[in-house]
Amino acid sequence: MISIWFFIGISLSVNGALILAAGIYQLVNPPVNPGVQLFYLHANVWWGVVLLVIGALYCVKFAPRQQSKRGCLFPKGVYACRRK
Amino acid sequence: MTPLLATDVPTRLVRLAPVDIVIVVFYFALVLSIGWYLKGRANTGEDFFMAGREMTAWVAGLSFLSANLGALELMGWAGSAYQYGILATHWYWIGAIPAMLFLALVMMPFYYISRTHSVPGYLKLRFGEPSHALSAVSFAFMTVLMSGVNMFAMAKVMQIVLGWDINFSIWVSSLTVAIYVTLGGLRSAIFNEVLQFFLIWTGALLIPILGLYETGGWTNLKLQITQRASEQYVHLWSGLGSFSNNPMGINWVGIVFGLGAIISMGYWTTDFLVVQRILAAKDIRSAEMAPIIGAGFKMLVPIIVILPGLLGLAVLPEKLVPESVATVTGAHSYNDVLPLMLARYCGPGLLGLGVTALIAGFMSGMAGNVSAFTTVWTYDIYRPFINSKGSDRHYVNMGRWTTVIGVLVSVGTAYLVMQFASIMDYVQALFSFFIAPLFGTVVLGMLWKRATGPAGFWGLLCGTLSSISMWTWVKVDPSALRYVALSPHAKGLAQDMYQALWSFVVCVVMTVVVSLVTKPIPEGELTGLVYGLTEVPSVGDVPLYQKPLFWAGVVTVVFIALNIIFW
Repeated sequence: MISIWFFIGISLSVNGALILAAGIYQLVNPPVNPGVQLFYLHANVWWGVVLLVIGALYCVKFAPRQQSKRGCLFPKGVYACRRK
Repeated sequence: MTPLLATDVPTRLVRLAPVDIVIVVFYFALVLSIGWYLKGRANTGEDFFMAGREMTAWVAGLSFLSANLGALELMGWAGSAYQYGILATHWYWIGAIPAMLFLALVMMPFYYISRTHSVPGYLKLRFGEPSHALSAVSFAFMTVLMSGVNMFAMAKVMQIVLGWDINFSIWVSSLTVAIYVTLGGLRSAIFNEVLQFFLIWTGALLIPILGLYETGGWTNLKLQITQRASEQYVHLWSGLGSFSNNPMGINWVGIVFGLGAIISMGYWTTDFLVVQRILAAKDIRSAEMAPIIGAGFKMLVPIIVILPGLLGLAVLPEKLVPESVATVTGAHSYNDVLPLMLARYCGPGLLGLGVTALIAGFMSGMAGNVSAFTTVWTYDIYRPFINSKGSDRHYVNMGRWTTVIGVLVSVGTAYLVMQFASIMDYVQALFSFFIAPLFGTVVLGMLWKRATGPAGFWGLLCGTLSSISMWTWVKVDPSALRYVALSPHAKGLAQDMYQALWSFVVCVVMTVVVSLVTKPIPEGELTGLVYGLTEVPSVGDVPLYQKPLFWAGVVTVVFIALNIIFW
């Protein structure tokens, strides 16, 4: 069974990638009127990177194939995996 | 919570870019995919109603917290932080942490070893059929109504924030919830609640980070709030010596005994909506650890709820007003502070994530209500009173149909609220009537072996009636609040605290009196249900850092430290 954490990883990765792409687009084509405060910090770029990295880590760590290899399927979950 | 009232003022706080729409659509696709994936794993009653009782401590704990972390909660308490300052944090700390730890260490072993499917189910084992029927019927009725109220509130928020049509929001969200809960049962609801937990944090955490950057840190923020409001907006306890010395109009007795000892204990230990998540834990250690993990994260929630409200006080150029004033003037209300702060800092992509977090919060709350309703209806009403001879498969099918019917009744309630907005307040108040007395009944049942069946029923009934009576008294004559809350300076929130306190006292006194004049239950029948007559199972031979008691101690130390730091 696919771990819930894998679904979380998918969600974070896809959202991170989309936010990062939007941030890079705005970085390359800065809008005349950004419409948000602190635009110069480009929060969508670094926040997108943060989500993408965390999401990718979750996807790799809890990928269905890896879980099966280790015989560590949900619901045994995180604890059981770590002990193995 | 500050109510989100119905208004007919179509406004739009934010405008979504195409990338934001893609993020929202991806969320809907993902939750439906999870439901579809889990549909083959909900074939037995244990699977459908109890998620197979195989959740790890982390999954059960995050789900337990998420079931309470709805978008109404987020927006309402951010608005309360703008209105009352840091005092709103009490609902996250003293109004939650002690109760969660009490549930973990004292009550959970009894829920777990009795193998009950629900809180009303425990009352049946402990007090017999009358208490069971009273609590099951009232819970089922109120849960499905609450789901409808939340659904309407969500549609209204989506209309105000995004300009979406109310009917579109109601039907899309309710059909999505109906599909994934019907397919995957409680396991599907729990999976999506954990997903929601991550979405809320990732969607809302940027607001405090960027807000503190803009204001120059916590010390500068406190200075700005003191200048724009008053010093009492940044102190947790120092203004609670009297009712008139703080913006909430409440004193420490109401906070400590009304909120901390009764309301929060009632909600976190007996509201089946949240307790159901813990009952799905895979073993006794996970069942005890789950509320402790939930408590650890609960202490952090003010970062994404209270802090945005406080930042709004400091940085928003306009002054927000109560909902009643906003309806007339068209100004932004307190409840708009979170979307306003979202729009202030979040550009394309981030805005979509923030809006998705709100939608996820609403849908998760709705799914929580519907899955709890389904279990209580099937196991506590249908099976004992209508058809006690059905097969396991029959009850699973009943659960699936009840999910659909529960969602449809919720939709009906949402439309009813749309026609008569005041119903929303009544339903929310009605729900609160049952919480404090139910806690009195359950805790006496667990801790006092002399409590008898008739005493449980009459204590619960009289406690609930006393709560309704006090609420009606203040509704008819607002000046009666001075008698309920024992002060002429008391304000609205003080009523909730003292009403809960008195109804708990009535419940306990009635239960004790009736117990003493009725025949005791033989001790043999109370094994596994009452302290002193039950061998509480050990969490096993595990290292110190895996023991629930150790982590409860850690949470307690942090909880005390936080209260002292923000005194």
